[in-house]
Amino acid sequence: MALLRVEDLHKRYGHEEVLKGVSLTLAAGETKVVIGPSGTGKSTLLRCINRLTEPDRGRVWLGDLEVTARRADLNKIRAQIGFVFQDFNLFTHLTALDNVRLGLLKVRGMGRREATERAMAELERVGLKAKASAYPAQLSGGQQQRVSIARALAMDPKLMLFDEPTSALDPELIGEVLAVMIQLAKEGMTMIVVTHEMGFARSVADEIVFMEGGVIVEQGPPEVLFRSPKVPRTGEFLRKISELYGEAG
Amino acid sequence: MNLVFDPSWLPRLAQGISLTLQLTVYCMALGAGLGMVLGLVRVYGGGKFSPLYWLASAYVHFFRGTPLLVQLLTIYYGLPTMGIVLGPFQAGLVAMALNTAAYQAEYFRGAIQSVKAGQMLAARAVGMSRTQAVRHVILPQALRLVIPPWSNELVYMLKYSSIVSMTALRPETWDLFGVGRQIASRNFRYFEVYTLVALFYLALVLLLTLALRWVEKRVRVPGLGTPGRGI
Ligand SMILES: Nc1ncnc2c1ncn2[C@@H]1O[C@H](COP(=O)(O)OP(=O)(O)OP(=O)(O)O)[C@@H](O)[C@H]1O
Ligand SMILES: [Mg+2]
Repeated sequence: MALLRVEDLHKRYGHEEVLKGVSLTLAAGETKVVIGPSGTGKSTLLRCINRLTEPDRGRVWLGDLEVTARRADLNKIRAQIGFVFQDFNLFTHLTALDNVRLGLLKVRGMGRREATERAMAELERVGLKAKASAYPAQLSGGQQQRVSIARALAMDPKLMLFDEPTSALDPELIGEVLAVMIQLAKEGMTMIVVTHEMGFARSVADEIVFMEGGVIVEQGPPEVLFRSPKVPRTGEFLRKISELYGEAG
Repeated sequence: MNLVFDPSWLPRLAQGISLTLQLTVYCMALGAGLGMVLGLVRVYGGGKFSPLYWLASAYVHFFRGTPLLVQLLTIYYGLPTMGIVLGPFQAGLVAMALNTAAYQAEYFRGAIQSVKAGQMLAARAVGMSRTQAVRHVILPQALRLVIPPWSNELVYMLKYSSIVSMTALRPETWDLFGVGRQIASRNFRYFEVYTLVALFYLALVLLLTLALRWVEKRVRVPGLGTPGRGI
């Protein structure tokens, strides 16, 4: 059974229809990379999946749980979906450790000792155990993003959503974040990653999803999409971002 | 000019200081409680058309838009006609608390709104309810940001507390200003007495300001509220 099913999502802001019927499915352990021009609805799609943004129409299932059900326990569902933001959004007033620990204490209801141990383990996993007592402002962008990944992972998510996790980073810091994500993909995490890092896409994506104008134009395995896209526009866009971002990653 | 300061004024002035401090501290504490609730309602209490938002806004506009003195006299002389009798101290405290709450509501609102939108988003994304997010993420940041404007309000209220002397008739209900006025009207040493009173107010202002600076420093977190500093 699919781990995530998205069916015919629609979202409109004022006159602008941002999502015009987007559907996709992820099997457990699968990684999909979403690409597309700016303003195409990629962030909106991710946010509709955990209903940080309320879709106008369409349905989302996480396993056999309907996220879009009227009576869905949204807090419980969101705790199972890790979300990584472009600009990190670490809790400014909390140390790295407390950033990771807060959800464990307040959402999972974990005891303090257990939560601390778990949070430290997650920080270690992203290579930041030594920075446990640093505040976000004292961390580099790459470090902040890794803490935010640790914060999401601590909740034992079934699915991870990444919204351009490296696009706010200086080039030399991108690698350390991608390395964490590549490791995650290898460990079998199910993830949707909005990114234009094509090196990353080639090495871990099971499929690349090309979105434009609120719809999915084409999706398929990276080799296929790079070599022989069905829609000319897909190839055009892929070439453009490969030039812009380079393929190493 | 021959200045005369009589040490025998001091015990009475000290009693006035104590009352002024009590009024200030209590009214600021009550005002902070009510102001925070009002501020929260103005931000999270539903849209512009929700009754809660409307009530909170009406409150804020009413108490900011009318003189504190009028509010005090209404409470002290007006409420008894409705069967609610308050002593001068209580009436002063209630008027000041209600008034400062309106101002503090605006400070809290501003502080809450200056917490970055991504903070709420991130809190909701890990599965916190809105209440949890406000309590564990938004308020801890907003409270730090509100300290500077709150300190200003504290200074205002310390000085405005002298209006209780408008209704205080008995010596035990006199604040610093009330005591000074009484002493001066007996010995006609207006210049000396009021200078002394002013200096005491100044000392209290400095003391409270320093105390809050200390608190602000204690709870300061790098990257929050002091741009350019602390990073
Ligand atoms: N809260 C909002 N209110 C109004 N319009 C919005 C809102 N959020 C997004 N939009 C609009 O919806 C469209 C799609 O936005 P979205 O952020 O999903 O695009 P995107 O594909 O993620 O773009 P980018 O690559 O720039 O991040 C944009 O035109 C944007 O202006
Ligand atoms: Mg986006």
